[in-house]
This record gives sequence, C-alpha cells and structure tokens, in this order.
Amino acid sequence: MALQASKVQVGDTYTQKLTEDLSRTQIVQYAGASGDYNPLHSDEIFTTKVANYPTVFAHGMLTMGMTGRMVTDFVGDGRLTAYGVRFTRQVWPGDALTATAKVDAVREEDGQNLVDLSVTTVNQDGDVVVMGKATARVDP
Amino acid sequence: MAAEKFPIEAGHIMMFARAVGDPNPIYHDADAAADTEPGNVIAPPTFYQASAQYDPDYFLRPKIGEPWFGSGKEPTGVPPTRTGGDGGTGLHAEQRFEYFRHVNPGETLTLKARPGKTWERQGKRGGKLTFSENIVEYFDESGELVVRATGVGVRTEKVVESD
Repeated sequence: MALQASKVQVGDTYTQKLTEDLSRTQIVQYAGASGDYNPLHSDEIFTTKVANYPTVFAHGMLTMGMTGRMVTDFVGDGRLTAYGVRFTRQVWPGDALTATAKVDAVREEDGQNLVDLSVTTVNQDGDVVVMGKATARVDP
Repeated sequence: MAAEKFPIEAGHIMMFARAVGDPNPIYHDADAAADTEPGNVIAPPTFYQASAQYDPDYFLRPKIGEPWFGSGKEPTGVPPTRTGGDGGTGLHAEQRFEYFRHVNPGETLTLKARPGKTWERQGKRGGKLTFSENIVEYFDESGELVVRATGVGVRTEKVVESD
C-alpha cells in the first residue's frame, strides 16, 4: 500500500487528473463541508456586481484538498507528516486540473524512512494554481 | 479566530472527502478502513480546516437573524465584517499542515490559535501587501498534539485602480 523507499528515486513523478470540468456544485459542496461560505465561491450576483470578479471561483482549500488526494494516493493512507501549499492562481468553474508530485529526497530520520515531495497542480493552460511540499513516512 | 473544540465525526469526514473528490474508502467505510494500516476511518489531509464549522464567530458563515454580505434577490450592500485573525477581505496565500498522528471519529480535539510571523512586501501595483501567519494547534483529550495548521493571509492596502 504505502510507497517503498527502495522503489522510489529522486526525480520520480506521479501525476493524477483531479477534474476535467470543475463544477459550481462541487464548489458549493466544499463550502458546505468546510463551513467556508464566502459568497465569492457560490454567489454569482455578489461576486460579479459587488466584488467585480468575472464569476465565482473555488476555495484555495478545495484545490489543496483535491491535490491532497493525489499525494495520499501516491504515498499511502495516513502516511503524510507534512503538507503545505501556496495558492498562486484562482481556479474557476470549468477548469481542468492535474496534480503532480516529484520526489525531491528519499532519506532517513530517527530510524524512519521519509520522502520529500514537490507538489504542483496546473490548470488546462498549464498555469500553476497551487504549489508546495509534502513529506511522508514510507516503508523501507 | 478558531473553534475551541472540534468533534471528529465520521459523517463529517465522509462529506468532506466527497467535496474534495476523494473516493478512498478509508474516509467513509469503517469495514474497509479496518483492513488498512491505520485500522479505522481517518481524515483527509486538509480536513482540519473544517473546524470552522465549530467556530461560533466564523465570519464566513451566515448567522441566524444577522445581516449577511452575500446577495439575496440583489446584493445586500452589507459590508463584510471581520472578527479578527487573518482572512477577512484578504486572501488565503498559503496553508501548511504538520501531522503527528491520525484522528479517530468519536474523539474531540481542542484548538489553540496564536498569531505567527507578520511581514510586508511591495505589490506590483504600488500597494503594500501584508502577510500574517495564524497558527492553530489541535490537541487530543490527553493533551497530545495531533496536527499543527499554519495559515498565511495576505491583505492589500487600498489601491486606486489605474484602469
């Protein structure tokens, strides 16, 4: 299940498509589950007339959460010790997102095998929407 | 700005995992989760942010009987109010989690929030950008640290639009 240190090398990558066509409904679903009801994410009238954006956009934390699936699918269930991202660009309804992890280091610390990953999610134009780092415990 | 207590509930984890598009059974199927290394349902990596549900003052949730800054038939014109901490009309610039152990449905975490670093940068259009960290630590019932979440908010100085 979990990634094995002996079978992974620096520079290896793992890529996953997160969505082909991000729906407004999924953004609403995230608002409900997370409790973040900022109207910028679901209220078209507020977002276009008051906040002057072209349309609603996804919570950064939704993109981070979707990207987290790629990371945990790669390293194994419950193996993350750290996960962090910067939000670099807005994600809009209809966007197609692809997330990639790249192995930066395979190392040992306090008798544990760890991998350090760079994490990047891009939209259909190849623009980076989130980028960050993750560290996970792996098997020998 | 944080909840004091965060009850970890299996149904909430299931809904959160659905919302982030993660079909992994370890987040919704107790029987399947029993055969995994953790041995029970665990939470997806960013689930801790959903503790906002338990923050009585969370300003991004409409409060019963209070004006809301989103629209009804038309925009309400109510200004967004902020109760402190980062966020508000600012943007979420960065988020980091450090994990010390899994959470188990049925336990209740206690949250302690504190401000972290603050720094400034000159924005591209002349406005000043102010970054501020907000650190929330989640402790279990025996006082052990479970997760540390560090959010970075950025606020822009009011800039006169040039176009």
